[in-house]
Amino acid sequence: MQEIVIKTNKLTKRFGDFIAADQITFDVSKGEIFGFLGANGAGKTTAMRMLCGLSLPSSGEATIAGFDIYKQTEEIKKNIGYMSQKFSLYEDLTILENIRFFGGIYGLSNAQLKYKSEELLTELGLEKEAKKLVGSLPLGWKQKLSFSVAIIHEPKIVFLDEPTGGVDPLTRRQFWDLIYKASDKGITIFVTTHYMDEAEYCNRISIMVDGKIEALDSPANLKKIFQSESMDDVFYQLARGAKRSD
Amino acid sequence: MRIIGFLLRKEFSQIFRNKSILALIIVMPVMQLIILPLAADYEVKNINLAVIDNDHSTYSQRLISKITASGYFKLAGYNASFKDAFALIESDKADLILEIPQHFEKNLIRENKQQVFIAVNAINGTKANLGGAYLAGILRNYNADLRLQLISPSKVDPLPVIEITSSNWFNAYMNYRVFMVPGILAILVTMIGGFLSALNIVKEKEVGTIEQINVTPIKKHHFILGKLIPFWVLGNVVFTVGLLVSWLIYGIIPVGNLLVLYGFIWVYLLAILGFGLLISTYCETQQQAMFIMFFFMMIFILMGGLFTSIDAMPPWAQLIAKFNPATYLIEVMRMVILKGSHLRDVLPHLGKVFLFAIVLNTWAVINYKKTT
Repeated sequence: MQEIVIKTNKLTKRFGDFIAADQITFDVSKGEIFGFLGANGAGKTTAMRMLCGLSLPSSGEATIAGFDIYKQTEEIKKNIGYMSQKFSLYEDLTILENIRFFGGIYGLSNAQLKYKSEELLTELGLEKEAKKLVGSLPLGWKQKLSFSVAIIHEPKIVFLDEPTGGVDPLTRRQFWDLIYKASDKGITIFVTTHYMDEAEYCNRISIMVDGKIEALDSPANLKKIFQSESMDDVFYQLARGAKRSD
Repeated sequence: MRIIGFLLRKEFSQIFRNKSILALIIVMPVMQLIILPLAADYEVKNINLAVIDNDHSTYSQRLISKITASGYFKLAGYNASFKDAFALIESDKADLILEIPQHFEKNLIRENKQQVFIAVNAINGTKANLGGAYLAGILRNYNADLRLQLISPSKVDPLPVIEITSSNWFNAYMNYRVFMVPGILAILVTMIGGFLSALNIVKEKEVGTIEQINVTPIKKHHFILGKLIPFWVLGNVVFTVGLLVSWLIYGIIPVGNLLVLYGFIWVYLLAILGFGLLISTYCETQQQAMFIMFFFMMIFILMGGLFTSIDAMPPWAQLIAKFNPATYLIEVMRMVILKGSHLRDVLPHLGKVFLFAIVLNTWAVINYKKTT
């Protein structure tokens, strides 16, 4: 039996009358690549923000890396990495400064910082650009850098909110190579995406419609259940019934 | 401590990379200190006076030349009738009308008594009041001269006269600039500190980088300290530049101990930066923070005793002034720079500002929420 690193039970978030996330229940095992799908406005980001300890749930329970989502948000934060939809490294700092800053506030030692930043720059092939301002990089590079910074402290889980939005297919491919590498190291990947080819790369996916999880299984099983040729079709069948969108 | 080191390094890199802001921080106060004290002057000069001389005598001429020679008045018109002179007031060309009646000279000499009429345009209250007072002063002076001329001193009943002689302390020549420069410097430090800190966290919210910070296990007070310290250093730089400017340009050298002055600024900066940070924890956009800060700045400036004496304010306004940290800085600046007050003289002020610092910063740390 695999170790469970994310466990939620009827997790709900209300904003006034609006139920953004409605009784979400699922488990994610260690090392898994878990795809979190849904139309715009389905509640993916809200759910993810709760799991990261950025937003308190209205009701329900959840543990992340064994820590309670209400009481131990700071403990959770030591064990996770997060890459938001919006690019959020400092554009007016250089690549190296960003790496050192985030590594530093995660408590890496100087030796670790030196080693990690060299490793990261080599892996991304950015050795020559280390002293360039992050703001001057193309989007694809920014996203890859952002991901690498999010896992610099070797967290148990990393949450990726539409990490490949607006990125060309080649860079997306490279991005997923990075994800696989991280997964091989035992980091659990929790990723939202709108690209169905990316959904196929996941071990399991869930599809959210109007704040609820409507389907949860491996891509192959989902296609079987919905008698579809492609993930695209599965998604259409589920999302067509959605009442809200943005 | 190590975490704060990383935060400081990040903030300073960002500050030094933003050359335009850096230039503004240094150039703006210098410019303002050079320009503002010259313009913000209480002495009323260039009062426009319209004269109606119905007497056309030597005495009336002498009075008019005495008035114009004083340097405070400009002859805006020499009119034949009150109606003409009033037209000048209506068109804002004159502030005062002096009407000299017929037989001014004759009555003065024969009856030893005469009246003149002064009409004041009171729309600009300060100008009108002071103008009227100056004019009355000149008339009194003129009167005394006349007595000496007309009547030989021996004949005069020794009128009991109380003559007032005064000596001005701490600002011997009543130089208005000496009074204004420390106050303006106080406001500059307040504005730069307040705006920089108010906009900073909000900017991180707008750009989205705060999300990346909030998802780390960083402690709230570390984060706030990481924001506070760089601006505290900048505030000290601005203050030092300001002191240098007031020395080089206005020749103002603090009479009191510089250490007392800096000690007060150190605590004061904590208070005002805490206030800025507090505002930024409540705002979502830089625009909101800007407007709120501006609102408070207006109050700080106008109700801090910079231009108008707090003692002259109505009780409710004095109460507001008590909750205005700038009040204490302006007062202490003037006390230490002009009067040479000692630490024990400014201790009550220091205590209050310290309290502001504690309350505002604690509030900011509490209100900064990593989890919403």
